[in-house]
Amino acid sequence: MPLKQIGNATIDVDADGFMTSLSQWTRDIAAALAKEEGIAELTAAHWKVIEYMQKEFKENGAVPTVRKINKSGVISTKELYEIFPGGPAKKAARIAGLAKPVGCV
Amino acid sequence: MEDKIKKVSIIISKGTLDGVYAGLLMANGARMEGIEANLFFAFFGLDAIIKKRMGKIKVATVGNPGMHMASLLGVLPGMSAMATSMMLKTMGKLDIPPVPEFIEMAADAGCKLYACKVSVDMFKLKKEDFCPQVDSIITVGDFYEKAAGGEIIFI
Repeated sequence: MPLKQIGNATIDVDADGFMTSLSQWTRDIAAALAKEEGIAELTAAHWKVIEYMQKEFKENGAVPTVRKINKSGVISTKELYEIFPGGPAKKAARIAGLAKPVGCV
Repeated sequence: MEDKIKKVSIIISKGTLDGVYAGLLMANGARMEGIEANLFFAFFGLDAIIKKRMGKIKVATVGNPGMHMASLLGVLPGMSAMATSMMLKTMGKLDIPPVPEFIEMAADAGCKLYACKVSVDMFKLKKEDFCPQVDSIITVGDFYEKAAGGEIIFI
């Protein structure tokens, strides 16, 4: 499993650059990953989504779909695409330290 | 690695469940990858954006070898409704929304939706017949302008 250097920390990632071990995740790592995804700064809205996705993953073992995130009331689909431009499901999952989402929806 | 696809314009010409969902999955999927997406509804595909019809899209049980069922059986009243209901249930479990919700989701994700002017005129429809997510009624020439520089998919 490839290793990745983020500041002082070293994390395990898969071939696509998604973290394989959520226990290694920190908010600083999230901020660094966000910059790599073209998001200069994580706002409160970003953190709400990240926290929801991590909670869903811990409770259900799966990364939530965009539809699920929208239905949760945490954020609307429109705003989700605004704050994670260019592919919210994948970007948010990566920044949240979760696996690449496998669905087509 | 080849250049990433930047834009895709999908024409939905059929009013069947598989035709409509194929188009919506591709358009929404494109937006999930950050690809610009246009949906152009033509002919029977208009049913997917007509307020009164979009909740009633069905799967064909006659003349559809993909159903793995004899057409003689598929002709019976209620078969299409039953097959559709079963498919929708299965799709619901996969978190695939019903058509009206999917249209809303695709539009919220930034997909543009257009109705084909020829088809609109043919079926004597007006803008008010369509769901609010439809951006405008456009000609084939307009479509080509919007599709320029990207991929075109015909369903």
